[in-house]
Amino acid sequence: MANRYFPHTPDDVRRMLDVCGASSLADLYSDVPDELLMKRPYGLPESMSEPEVRAWFDAAFARCTPLTCFAGAGAYDHYTPAAIAAITSRSEFLTAYTPYQPEISQGTLQYIFEYQSMMASLTGLDVSNASMYDGATATAEAMIMAVNSARKKRRILVSATINPEVSRVVATYARYQNIAVETIPEHDGVTDREVLKDMLGAGDVAGVIAQSPNYYGIIEDFEGWADDIHAAKALFIINSPALPLAVLKTPGEWGADIAVGDAQSLGMPLNYGGPYLGYMTTRQSLIRKLPGRIVGATVDDRGQRVFVLTLQAREQHIRREKATSNICSNQGLMTLHAAMYMALMGERGLREVNSLSASAAHELARRLEASGKMKLSHPDKPFLNEFTMTVADGYDTATVLEALRKAGILGGVAIDEREMIIACTETRTKADIESYVSTINNL
Amino acid sequence: MNRRLYDKLIFEHSHSGRHGCDLPRAIWPDALADIPESLMRAEATALPEVDEPTVVRHYTNQSTNNFGVDTGFYPLGSCTMKYNPKLNEALASAPAIAGLHPHAPACSAQGALEIYWTLQRALSEIGGMVEFTLNPFAGAHGELTGLMVIHAWHDSREDYARTKVLVPDSAHGTNPASAHIAGYEVVEVKSLADGTVDVEDLRSKLGTDVAAVMMTNPNTVGMFEKNIPAIAEAVHAAGALLYYDGANLNPMVGMARPGDMGFDVMHINLHKTFSTPHGGGGPGAGPVGVRAGLEEFLPAPRVFKNPDGTYSIEEPGGKDSLGRISSWLGNYTVFIRALAYILTLGADGLAHVGPLATLNANYVMHSLDDLYLLPIPGPCKHEFVFDGLRDKSTGVTTLHIAKRLLDLGFHAPTIYFPLLFHESLMIEPTETESIETLDGFIKAMRRIADESFKDPELVKSAPHDTPAGRADDTEAALHPIVTYAQYLAKNGHD
Amino acid sequence: MSNVYYLPSHEYARIEGNTAYIGISRFAAEQLGNVVYVDMPEADDDVTAGEEFGAIESVKAASDLFSPVSGAVIEINEELIDNPRLINEDPEAHWIIKVEMSDKSELDNLLSPEAYAEHCKSEKH
Repeated sequence: MANRYFPHTPDDVRRMLDVCGASSLADLYSDVPDELLMKRPYGLPESMSEPEVRAWFDAAFARCTPLTCFAGAGAYDHYTPAAIAAITSRSEFLTAYTPYQPEISQGTLQYIFEYQSMMASLTGLDVSNASMYDGATATAEAMIMAVNSARKKRRILVSATINPEVSRVVATYARYQNIAVETIPEHDGVTDREVLKDMLGAGDVAGVIAQSPNYYGIIEDFEGWADDIHAAKALFIINSPALPLAVLKTPGEWGADIAVGDAQSLGMPLNYGGPYLGYMTTRQSLIRKLPGRIVGATVDDRGQRVFVLTLQAREQHIRREKATSNICSNQGLMTLHAAMYMALMGERGLREVNSLSASAAHELARRLEASGKMKLSHPDKPFLNEFTMTVADGYDTATVLEALRKAGILGGVAIDEREMIIACTETRTKADIESYVSTINNL
Repeated sequence: MNRRLYDKLIFEHSHSGRHGCDLPRAIWPDALADIPESLMRAEATALPEVDEPTVVRHYTNQSTNNFGVDTGFYPLGSCTMKYNPKLNEALASAPAIAGLHPHAPACSAQGALEIYWTLQRALSEIGGMVEFTLNPFAGAHGELTGLMVIHAWHDSREDYARTKVLVPDSAHGTNPASAHIAGYEVVEVKSLADGTVDVEDLRSKLGTDVAAVMMTNPNTVGMFEKNIPAIAEAVHAAGALLYYDGANLNPMVGMARPGDMGFDVMHINLHKTFSTPHGGGGPGAGPVGVRAGLEEFLPAPRVFKNPDGTYSIEEPGGKDSLGRISSWLGNYTVFIRALAYILTLGADGLAHVGPLATLNANYVMHSLDDLYLLPIPGPCKHEFVFDGLRDKSTGVTTLHIAKRLLDLGFHAPTIYFPLLFHESLMIEPTETESIETLDGFIKAMRRIADESFKDPELVKSAPHDTPAGRADDTEAALHPIVTYAQYLAKNGHD
Repeated sequence: MSNVYYLPSHEYARIEGNTAYIGISRFAAEQLGNVVYVDMPEADDDVTAGEEFGAIESVKAASDLFSPVSGAVIEINEELIDNPRLINEDPEAHWIIKVEMSDKSELDNLLSPEAYAEHCKSEKH
């Protein structure tokens, strides 16, 4: 058969059909009602050679204009060490299935165990699952976990300062689970704690979800929150991008029960939105409620330390409709990416990446304020590598972002006509920042 | 693959003072110093301190403990472990995409949107659907999205009485779990002795309280559900929708389309049918397709082609829109791989996918059914199920056979699924395996059947020739150790 | 007259005065295999006859636990937290929860030991 992926020669096909007692390939479909069989080829192009396929994609890639990235809002342009792709592209990892046969899958199981260990430490909590699809779905799964843990309570309070893409995924998951999602209002860019107290006081709350650094880039102060939330017998869920947790007070230190978020910031390529990785960690006491795959250490019959998928009784292939989640995979290779990034960086490297990113952001914020064309929306609030600016009267964010784009810059993410969120990473050079500022000065 | 276990963890290579990265020099003052102490972490991270060569050697050694499609044959039923073309990997790491932020304006992402749109159209043609979303991250996520689309459709008609989803007892475990997360009560439909759905039982359970029926076709025993036209008619007459679980789409490629069979909503596993790598568990993709009349319910954002030939990414805000099920467009680089596979094969190549996959499965089945019990005689489609050995007198079980296969250089088939038989051994060779590979597997299976009589202990105590032996699952579940800190707490420091 | 009653889903209630000791039958424990975890309610929680009050897990299986009676949980068997395998050793001695019954007449709806033994025989086939 004329394709390089099919080994079958016409002679092979004949020999195999003989063994099957069939006279033609069509014979093998004699059980399919004739009216269901396709009588025409697909309306798709004819097959292409490897150079032709490459040319097709090269033409498409050429229609993507590279821009110097100052956008964040959940996805950050950090550098990816070359060693990571060299390892994640190894076919022993890349082409393996889910590690259901631990005897021949220790490689996958080992790196997931390492990932779980590092992620638990990064978030300051006890245990981690083997990852989820992305930060938004991980947050939705945390909501369901809170509702399952609370048994009968159905209210989930979500801060208004959470990334809207995340809250919209949460809303979709809640809609058919009969979960009432309510918004905790914001005040000057941070969650309004007084209103939260009132909402908790009204009872029936299973969980509270807040984000730090929040959508506007502001580091929220959760002092006292855990006490209030636990007094209401609810679970405290903190969503954070992964990287900042290397320097900021951790969900564990704030007293949170579940930490979730996107780990894209651990040097994963932007890739137009995916694949990224959703992480989820929790306290030891909640491990049996944790959705998703979990890898555990044990011993084999030769006395070796080995790793297995464990606590599978929670999962869909055993519990079917009673499972903690319908998820039956993880982001596999992306956990290897995250583990390698954290191993290469270490405590010191993660601190430096945060410092360089934050320092660039603070420098840019100062210079943009000095331009007179925009000012910090929440000047008294602490931020790391991301901040929100309000454009001056007479300007609007669409015009500003378009001027930047013409200068080859992705200038940020507009919240509305007046406000935009700007992020820096360690990959933004002095020249990049000069270019951004001069474009704004020339408006 | 190694025969000896590489047993280190990265933490065990840690040496104080080493590091594996060099970062640009600081130009501006350290902004971390401006952040109040009360907002900073007090406890240090427990990350290893390792140099780059150590990291690379460590993970390279770990990889030698692993088996992949590039290592050997994976006869894993319902998983469609076909070859993952190298061209697709090269294309998926294109710098133009790696650096493309999801908030980049559409005008600077035209090529990326074109790739998405082209794949969406190709899947619609292959599935016989009118429109696809590629956003769902995995097969199970696709099922959930598809069922939410169905829920949103019933809601839009103010038909709130439909609280149940019917699922055959042979279904994949994700089906009932997804239906539950989508807010439905699950009702099982019985299978007949030949493994197909009992249409009478299905009819008796259909009613105004049923929202959808989930099916996979061919089903999990590899049999084509030939009553599907009658089933579709009954489901639609009851006002419900018919959902196609695309896990078993491979044998239909080039031969028949779910849309033409009467299915209303479907998902496709790009990591199965369209050759994208499984990555040890992900990332995959589970695009969802719908028939005409259901497009409005697909999740946001959606990609459209404009009359002027440009592409746009839009957020349909109608009251019927499902909202978001992912932050952005899903596992984007998986789409590049799947589209490269479709363009490579083309209409002419795709026409052979299903028939060759089916030929391979029937060939293996006919070459082994004298020694292994075939509860449902063929012809099968892409996969089939044995119910263990024909002669079970020496006590050799499916688990033993699976583990012994590992010794002989093959991955195990899917075992103890479907639940219809006690000793299920579900085998799916795909179209990318040669007759020599299949003959090697047949020889191994025949050897195991032979050993089961001559030396049953050898089979029962397998595997012998793998990096790791049989693990103590009970201890792992009884006292879970899921981090290195917990491991140290239990075993002490070296 | 025995003071032990069963649900067809294999939970027993051993009655002492107004207190019910609830656990799973020997038959159920054997079917499950090595128990690795018991998900229990908290003291003071209410349970309802015929409704789920927890779950029990082995390595390869998990099933919900249903309460044979209604009432308030007085005590949970804390020994099972660290050593769930006690259930395999003697499921009748190692009850899971202790309930103060709110309606003793519910016992009339349960199976006697004899009726339960018949029920198990039919499940084996």
